[in-house]
Amino acid sequence: MQDAVRALVHDGDTVAIEGFTHLINFAAGHEIIRQRRRDLTLARMTPDVIYDQMIGAGVARKLIFSWMGNPGVGNLHAVRRRIEKADPAPLEIEEYSHFGMVSRYMAGAANLPFFPIRSYYESDIPVVNPKIVPMRSPYEDATEVYVVPALQPDVAIVSAQRADDSGDTQIWGLLGCQKEVAFAAKRVIVVVEEVVEESVIRRDPNRTVIPGAIVDAVVEEPFGCHPSFAQGYYDRDNRFYLEWDRIAKEQATLDAWLDEWVYGTANHSEYVEKFGDAYWDALRPEPAMSGEVDYGRYA
Amino acid sequence: MSEPATEVGYSKSEIMIAASARLLGGARNCFVGVGLPNIVCNLAQRTVAPDLQLIYESGVYGARPERLPLSIGDPTLATGSTSIVSMYELFAYYLQRGHVDVAFLGGAQIDRFGNLNTTVIGEYAHPTVRLPGSGGACEIAIHAKQVLVIMRQAQRSFVEQLHFRTSPGHSGDPAHDAARGWSGSGPTDVVTDLGTYVFDEETGEMTLVTVHPGVSLDDVRANMGWDVRVADELGETPAPSAAELALIRDELDPGGIYTK
Repeated sequence: MQDAVRALVHDGDTVAIEGFTHLINFAAGHEIIRQRRRDLTLARMTPDVIYDQMIGAGVARKLIFSWMGNPGVGNLHAVRRRIEKADPAPLEIEEYSHFGMVSRYMAGAANLPFFPIRSYYESDIPVVNPKIVPMRSPYEDATEVYVVPALQPDVAIVSAQRADDSGDTQIWGLLGCQKEVAFAAKRVIVVVEEVVEESVIRRDPNRTVIPGAIVDAVVEEPFGCHPSFAQGYYDRDNRFYLEWDRIAKEQATLDAWLDEWVYGTANHSEYVEKFGDAYWDALRPEPAMSGEVDYGRYA
Repeated sequence: MSEPATEVGYSKSEIMIAASARLLGGARNCFVGVGLPNIVCNLAQRTVAPDLQLIYESGVYGARPERLPLSIGDPTLATGSTSIVSMYELFAYYLQRGHVDVAFLGGAQIDRFGNLNTTVIGEYAHPTVRLPGSGGACEIAIHAKQVLVIMRQAQRSFVEQLHFRTSPGHSGDPAHDAARGWSGSGPTDVVTDLGTYVFDEETGEMTLVTVHPGVSLDDVRANMGWDVRVADELGETPAPSAAELALIRDELDPGGIYTK
């Protein structure tokens, strides 16, 4: 992880750590904080606790998003301090709806300049974001749509359950925008719970969402999503999300948390060890295996 | 005429849940949010709408959660669901294509035409309170065939003038609304902790149709930022039944996280 972040994430980059509740890569966010990257533009549909941590740590100057909050809990205190009070520094924002953000990644992934959607009608969102532009269909219907510009982040950081060592990546459970952001980005870091043999991937090709050809680095990082989750590996740590609400309320407690858990650990393995085995055992779900399908052998 | 007083007490949240669930009678594809709407939909599935398919914006169609989901992306929504789709498919094929029958929205502010603010309190550039933003609410408001609003009522949330219009409701001009050509018909009902409202067909204005037991018209007016329109025949919201309360308390929210 250290090498991947050092080589692929630079000051001033636009960085997207995606994952919709599921498969949010906290380990990479922490490493970006440890390496003290600065002036990043952070993109993400749902800036949640990881971006509160990163923005509270001072890595970013701008946020591109569609919903900010601590899901199921409440606010992002560090982000709000910067937007409401410029404390300790202003934070530029560029805001869309979920469909708008998804469509920006779709355009980026398909190498289109923009993407049309039927949204934003009679909403104030385009009033405050001039990049959301009304346009008429050139065909007979002349339907009014809104277009959003392509987003091609400098770096996408995508979590997944497993990949082979060349980066062929498989995901199950909530898919978020992992595929779209990976194809949209200029550089891609895939972080997985397990690196597996290529044959494991080839046994179930329908589950592959990202091909190794577009991946710049594969990092094996067990529990790399904590306190987010990896379906089938570990549950969302709701206790931590609740705890973060208290930690982030004051910059001083947030700084103390970063000192202990991010700056105070050399890497994610140390972070995982610090919680202890019992903590992780409690987050492990009972198995619920998928059925198998027969691809057939056509020799 | 007097009905026997119910022996079973209930909370404001519980009557909001029961009243909302009854609005889902016969519905099929329902876009669910976390918190109260989630309990409402699960209650409706067990009572008035057995064919209800729960759709979550995280990409789940036909969820069968085995525990109370604590967010719209809870892993319990994925396991055992009918389908998991990409977020583009969810918003484009399911919602924009017009396959969502009913959806729940709420917000920090609502006006008399059901427009909603989930973006800022104060000025956008210098907000007093920065709220979460749209998420999927803006497109849900436009495309869901029917939108139900569940919100607690107060002067600061039921306002004459929104600080920001995140999600459109009715415009106040029915001819304009009819010409919009959206797949959705906008908000149809509002359920609060004090009563229930529909939107008047001629004016698109929120109209009080029932008050909850023990709530007066004065209570409603004291928690409303405009001079509220009241139906000619104001009724009383039926109290939650013992069966509904048992489902809520024993199965759907046994910890009382959302219903106390």
